[in-house]
Amino acid sequence: MSNIVNIEYNRVTNTTSSDFPGFSKDADNAWDIEKFKKTFDIQISSIDERDINFDLMHVDTSIANAFRRIMISDVPSVAAEYVYFMNNTSVIQDEVLAHRIGLVPLKVDPDMLTWVDKALPDEERFTDENTVVLSLNVKCTRNPDAPKDATDPRVLYNNAHVYARDLKFEPQGKQKETFANCPVVPCDPDILLAKLRPGQEISLRAHCILGIGGDHAKFSPVSTASYRLLPQITITEPITGESAERFQACFPKGVIGINKKGEAVVEDARKDTVSREVLRHEEFEGKVKLGRVRDHFIFNVESTGAMTPEEIFFKSVRILKNKAEYLKNCPISQ
Amino acid sequence: MSNAVIKKRKTANGAEAKHSHDKDENFDALLKPVFKGKKLTDEINTAEDKWNLLPAFLKVKGLVKQHLDSFNYFVDDDLKKIIKANEVILSDVDPEFYLKYVDIRIGKKSSSSARDYLTPPHECRLRDMTYSAPIYVDIEYTRGRNIIMHKDVEIGRMPIMLRSNKCILYDADEKTMAKLNECPLDPGGYFIVNGTEKVILVQEQLSKNRIIVEADPKKEIVQASVTSSTHERKSKTYVITKNGKIYLKHNSIAEEIPIAIVLKACGIISELEIMQLVCGNDSAYQDIFAVNLEEASRMNIYTQQQALEYIGTKVKTMRRQKLSILQEGIEAIATTVVAHLTVEALNFREKALYMATMARRVVMAIHDPKMVDDRDYVGNKRLELAGQLISLLFEDLFKKFNSDFKASIDKVLKKPNRAMEYDALLSINVHSNNITSGLNRAISTGNWSLKRFKMERAGVTHVLSRLSYISALGMMTRISSQFEKSRKVSGPRALQPSQFGMLCTADTPEGEACGLVKNLALMTHITTDYEEEPIRKLCYILGVEDISMVDSASLHLNFGVYLNGTLVGVTRFANKFVTQFRELRRSGKISEFISIHSNAHQKAIQIATDGGRICRPLIIVRDGKSTVEAHHLADLINGELVFDDFLKLGLVEYLDVNEENDSFIALYEKDICPASTHMEIEPFTVLGAVAGLIPYPHHNQSPRNTYQCAMGKQAIGAIAYNQFKRIDTLLYLMIYPQQPMVKTKTIELIDYDKLPAGQNATVAVMSYSGYDIEDALVLNKASIDRGFGRCETRRKTTTILKRYPNHTQDIIGGMRVDENGEPIWQHKSLGPDGLGEVGMKVESGQIYINKSIPTNSTEPFSDDASAQYKETPVIYRAPEASHIDQVMMSVSDNDQALIKVLLRQNRRPELGDKFSSRHGQKGVCGIIVKQEDLPFNDQGISPDIIMNPHGFPSRMTVGKMIELISGKAGVLNGSLEYGTCFGGSKLEDMSKILVDQGFNYSGKDMLYSGITGECLQAYIFFGPIYYQKLKHMVLDKMHARARGPRAVLTRQPTEGRSRDGGLRLGEMERDCVIAYGASQLLLERLMISSDAFEVDVCNGCGLMGYSGWCTSCKSAENVIKMTIPYAAKLLFQELLSMNIAPRLKLDDIFQE
Repeated sequence: MSNIVNIEYNRVTNTTSSDFPGFSKDADNAWDIEKFKKTFDIQISSIDERDINFDLMHVDTSIANAFRRIMISDVPSVAAEYVYFMNNTSVIQDEVLAHRIGLVPLKVDPDMLTWVDKALPDEERFTDENTVVLSLNVKCTRNPDAPKDATDPRVLYNNAHVYARDLKFEPQGKQKETFANCPVVPCDPDILLAKLRPGQEISLRAHCILGIGGDHAKFSPVSTASYRLLPQITITEPITGESAERFQACFPKGVIGINKKGEAVVEDARKDTVSREVLRHEEFEGKVKLGRVRDHFIFNVESTGAMTPEEIFFKSVRILKNKAEYLKNCPISQ
Repeated sequence: MSNAVIKKRKTANGAEAKHSHDKDENFDALLKPVFKGKKLTDEINTAEDKWNLLPAFLKVKGLVKQHLDSFNYFVDDDLKKIIKANEVILSDVDPEFYLKYVDIRIGKKSSSSARDYLTPPHECRLRDMTYSAPIYVDIEYTRGRNIIMHKDVEIGRMPIMLRSNKCILYDADEKTMAKLNECPLDPGGYFIVNGTEKVILVQEQLSKNRIIVEADPKKEIVQASVTSSTHERKSKTYVITKNGKIYLKHNSIAEEIPIAIVLKACGIISELEIMQLVCGNDSAYQDIFAVNLEEASRMNIYTQQQALEYIGTKVKTMRRQKLSILQEGIEAIATTVVAHLTVEALNFREKALYMATMARRVVMAIHDPKMVDDRDYVGNKRLELAGQLISLLFEDLFKKFNSDFKASIDKVLKKPNRAMEYDALLSINVHSNNITSGLNRAISTGNWSLKRFKMERAGVTHVLSRLSYISALGMMTRISSQFEKSRKVSGPRALQPSQFGMLCTADTPEGEACGLVKNLALMTHITTDYEEEPIRKLCYILGVEDISMVDSASLHLNFGVYLNGTLVGVTRFANKFVTQFRELRRSGKISEFISIHSNAHQKAIQIATDGGRICRPLIIVRDGKSTVEAHHLADLINGELVFDDFLKLGLVEYLDVNEENDSFIALYEKDICPASTHMEIEPFTVLGAVAGLIPYPHHNQSPRNTYQCAMGKQAIGAIAYNQFKRIDTLLYLMIYPQQPMVKTKTIELIDYDKLPAGQNATVAVMSYSGYDIEDALVLNKASIDRGFGRCETRRKTTTILKRYPNHTQDIIGGMRVDENGEPIWQHKSLGPDGLGEVGMKVESGQIYINKSIPTNSTEPFSDDASAQYKETPVIYRAPEASHIDQVMMSVSDNDQALIKVLLRQNRRPELGDKFSSRHGQKGVCGIIVKQEDLPFNDQGISPDIIMNPHGFPSRMTVGKMIELISGKAGVLNGSLEYGTCFGGSKLEDMSKILVDQGFNYSGKDMLYSGITGECLQAYIFFGPIYYQKLKHMVLDKMHARARGPRAVLTRQPTEGRSRDGGLRLGEMERDCVIAYGASQLLLERLMISSDAFEVDVCNGCGLMGYSGWCTSCKSAENVIKMTIPYAAKLLFQELLSMNIAPRLKLDDIFQE
């Protein structure tokens, strides 16, 4: 069976893989590590601090999907979980402000913290090993230097807007040393948390702990981690002349080129967004086949900033490995 | 062709891309003519821009202008009329004495130029006060021999309608509003009485002082009726047929009187003249009417005196002093019959003509059954507004005030030998409370009881619903009908064609009030009363022959001119007269709200100046061309012209329903033909404010729009800019409301985009998990974590610290502490002052107001011993904890300390919470799914909501699908798209944007399953739809009970969630259990778990005893203990108490 998912006008066919033992009587299809080693490939097409885009080839969908799922929900990261309000005279309610602070991504290496034991009583729960304390102390005052005709509250008042950068790290115990080189700061300092007016103030402490995305989206280290399958365009009959230009227009720029003969040729199918526009036009009926390669995953991982995206992926691999190990050691499996 | 169009779009797009906001309109205006293959001309531009008249209209009129206008008219004009009508108070004792009201004002003294200080409305809301202004009168009265003038005497306080011209918010700018803690977007138009916001709903009634002809073909009855309404009385006069003859009927006349006799009584003695007045020279009518003349002569009534005496004998009188029969007759004709016409110097001719007209209409209806009127026709309806209702009430109270005042004056004057000259001013203040409290009571209870009309009306006012901005707005445009809800008639409920543009076609409740409660359309105005006299004079100037000069014979040869239903003259040149009249109105010589229309069937020209008619503005078309041209609209947009200028320039005029019927209105500029007289300003104004929220409503099945109108009012969102300052009984707020991606022009006009109620959710239309059957929705947990659908409830508790006659009063205790100095658990959220501290969490069982009341509040406590107090704390009881948001301490109107505590609860969506899109598609959350399990697209986007596709085929909400596509295009394009009714962004354009951005034109994406990671085999309809969270949340409804309270009388478990009641195993359920044969289950459910009771039954006498003793047999021999339901025991005893002795005969069922 081909490993191409067929993109038809109103349906998608051949979506499931069939290379497993017992699917057909002819092929064995047993998983073979040597064969896997030979075929498996990773290609990184772009990488920076926040984003990574790489191709994962010749693995089963379930494996690729497992990485995606783990990156979203099982890779731990640090976020504010308990917020203690000393004072809040702003219009924003305590619960809402706490929720907003919780969602601020923090630049903390999750490996520097241990897990909090929720079974312990409140007083013993937080230690300098498992908790990072942030504090927010802002007070809005009038700006005496503001020009008379100013209407912008940010000019008229000091601290009219409270941003994520106003969250200050308070090292506890030995954290002064451990976090000396990497003080905890929000990854994006410009997240607006609250707006104040003269006389209003906010004073709070937030306890940030380790958690996983499955518990709350704020612990997810990625803003999104997903993949798409590599598009494939097959021109079965030559398309020439003006028709070729119209054909080209059915795809995003750079997907279809026109060669010297005036024939449409596939230049770069990877750039296609698979809008299926071409299938709408009668003139191309039967001349083109759209598909996607079922075991070619173009991954896109967007980090929230706490970790580099590649680290998140590596962690997901490690976690999957641990899970497999755990399953292997489970008494049930024997 | 299509490709060429697309290319042109592209270039236009590129050129326009730099302009940011007004891009859309210009863009469309540029493009559309090309689209239809037309040239760029000015005409097309007008068609596109003329909708700008609508915001201009709303700028002048506002959404609740009808209420404000009506109230303003009342306080400025109507009050003066009422004073004039009840001007003088005379004394029965002292003929010298008089008191005369000269002038009346509200909220302003004559001496000062500024208005009085009023307690600001928001303070009134918070302090449970009434937002009112003093009523000042200037009086002139005698003291002894002197005539004394006195200015600015306060006779009471008048509740003030917010944003009316007596309100301090009148014409206030945003800054002033903010200073007063008011929301600038709040429409006003309501009252604040005792701290609650009260709306006087618009009442719909059959028009007064007009003839309505009805026929009942079954009973062969034709009747013409007129409800006469004057300041003094209301009465109804009928002209009916009975056995083919015509009679006059009135409530205060014992039996029907032949019409000929009535006309004779009015001085039309000649039978020829009667015939001429009723039938003209139409022989068919004469044949029908002739019998009536015979009837009169058979009774030997030939002269006016005979006729009057005949009537005099039939009158029901309740007079103190007896009048002669003749006088009774004169009185009846002059004042009771057709009371709205006044008779001067016993000249009955006007009245005779009126009744002849009624008779004529009856004859016409007999001749041609089609000549009847339709009661449900909107032109035959009048809307009664707040001003008119308060005016009725005020006049009643004012009359009572005057009679009380007179009584107290008489009482003083009656005493001989007074030491001092009596000053009437001294006793005026005594009664002033009557007016104030009368007005307050009526508005706060909604009971309008008017002595004069013997009218008792309940439910006139309603509490302004502050569930959402839309619900408040919807309430201000609501019209309630006087019609009974329980009656099963379809006529008044049906959608009338004449409703077009006047009343919203979609917004009506479902169920019993369906079609009876209506809403105003967006661009309507309700008229106020206008003087008749100048119009009458104008008619004569325009060549109308005065009716008093017209010879009876020629009366029906020409068109009759009717002013407010009364014949005032005839004209031979009907069309010319109507045209001239309209020209005068268009040139602003007479009020724009006076309507004129001709009725060829009745040969009548009707002029209406009365209040309560619904009308709407239309563009005037002359010579097949719209008078509004591009340059006018350009001036309008530049602000050089306002809406009123369009009226003055004769470009736009108001038409009421009747005049609309006399016009030929083109919908669009392209529809104008030589016969056209008017053109619509914007077709989407057929809908009201609430229905205007629906995107693409013209693509939906109509009931869906109606459902959305009901649900839009339940959506949680932002309520007003001052929402956090308000302390309402219950307030629902959304934490992160968003303006919809797909807006409508109405949304912008009513500022819904500034106070939205909903969020743009990415929706995937697919089935998922099976937890989505029956319209249930699948929600994304990560979206909820990030704030989707979060809302807040704010609940108020009010406590009053009472003072008692013995100088004790309620007190607030501090908090109680344990041995460590820590407050006890119940008092944890209290501060040292005994009130909850702001920001503290209160859990169920904790106290947030620690109030104590004195044990002894009546007897004065004798000695120094301090008073004893009993703790009556306010305990928080709810399944979830709350936070204290605000604590307010103040003093209410009656000097008692008032404490209000606002508790706030933050809620994230949970299973069972209700959501709805804007297309009448509601659903509850069926399951919350982790993000990684949800499907995702190429971009990695997973849906916030998954909706089951089965919701579409039967509901036919195509608008929702188009909303999704427009929304998706808008998201990709970075623009807000429009789904305005009969317009909006075109589907083709939206699809084009989708394709350009690399998506499928149909809005269907290829998704990957989040669980398996494989592609889904179908393309999924995927994009943003605006979703509303409705107020029905599981947390407020969840309820379960194992053991709990029981009712005192029956000892059965209580009923209802609020009383922690049990869930009833009802009759039908009982039947099932019986049918199944589970007798032990039956026994357990119905007795053991309910009201089992052990009784001692005496098997000797069959009665019940106690403690093993039968009191009637005086023995313990046959007493048997058994268990029966307490309710059964109660029944036996109740039967005993009415002398029925139920005797129990006991036997063993298991006999050996």
